[in-house]
Amino acid sequence: MNILQMSYEVPGDDFTHAGEASSATKRALKKLGISPAVVRNVAIAMYEGEINMVIHAGGGHIDLSVTPDAVTMVLTDHGPGIPDVEKAMQNGWSTASAEVRSMGFGAGMGLPNMKKYTDEMHIDTEVGRGTTITMTVYLNKA
Amino acid sequence: MTVSDIRQILKAQVYCEGDPDREVHTACGSDMMSDVLAFVKDQSVLLTGLINPQVVRTAEMMDMVCIVFVRGKRPDDTIIELAEERGIALLSTPYRLFTACGLLYEHGLRGGCEAP
Repeated sequence: MNILQMSYEVPGDDFTHAGEASSATKRALKKLGISPAVVRNVAIAMYEGEINMVIHAGGGHIDLSVTPDAVTMVLTDHGPGIPDVEKAMQNGWSTASAEVRSMGFGAGMGLPNMKKYTDEMHIDTEVGRGTTITMTVYLNKA
Repeated sequence: MTVSDIRQILKAQVYCEGDPDREVHTACGSDMMSDVLAFVKDQSVLLTGLINPQVVRTAEMMDMVCIVFVRGKRPDDTIIELAEERGIALLSTPYRLFTACGLLYEHGLRGGCEAP
């Protein structure tokens, strides 16, 4: 049973507006009365993913669903894919351009941060086809 | 320490007021936004030399209450509008990052993620 379902198109190469989906998600989850710590975890993870879509994949699509038990985010792009997921998960490993770094990203923390702030994370990626990342944050942790 | 205290200590110019009486408990100084996003802190201020809308977005995701731009950098209208919408205070100090952080530390503010 879904309490809330939202989807967003993330425009590619639009650095100024990157983060709008995460911002809208954050406000929507707050309105539902979900605890601030959970809202923050979801927002940070989605924001890192959104930035990745903009800087690496030319944009993409985000589906958000909220059930009484969990918030699930599915981030889909048709970018270059991730050749070596294990490497990409290492702190500090980055393929970002100097331009991206000059804008405060590309420190190689994006995927590790997404894992850190979510309870489950699954990466489905194929070089040349794109990447789908599914992340879940549980609402009632034991 | 409040946002208003930070303004005084750092001789800062105010570009967006936010809530001047809001208590600030921790601080973070960085130009890399993913490093900022890596450690959640409580009621925090972000000091940075980076100036673009993603600084405000980062602060928003982290529930930060105040951003201080160092070396007298001025935010543009897009950045100011975004901060106003989100109720985040925007200040600009003439001090460099190291000095601005040092001044706040001297006045009792801490990082919130001390080394073990």
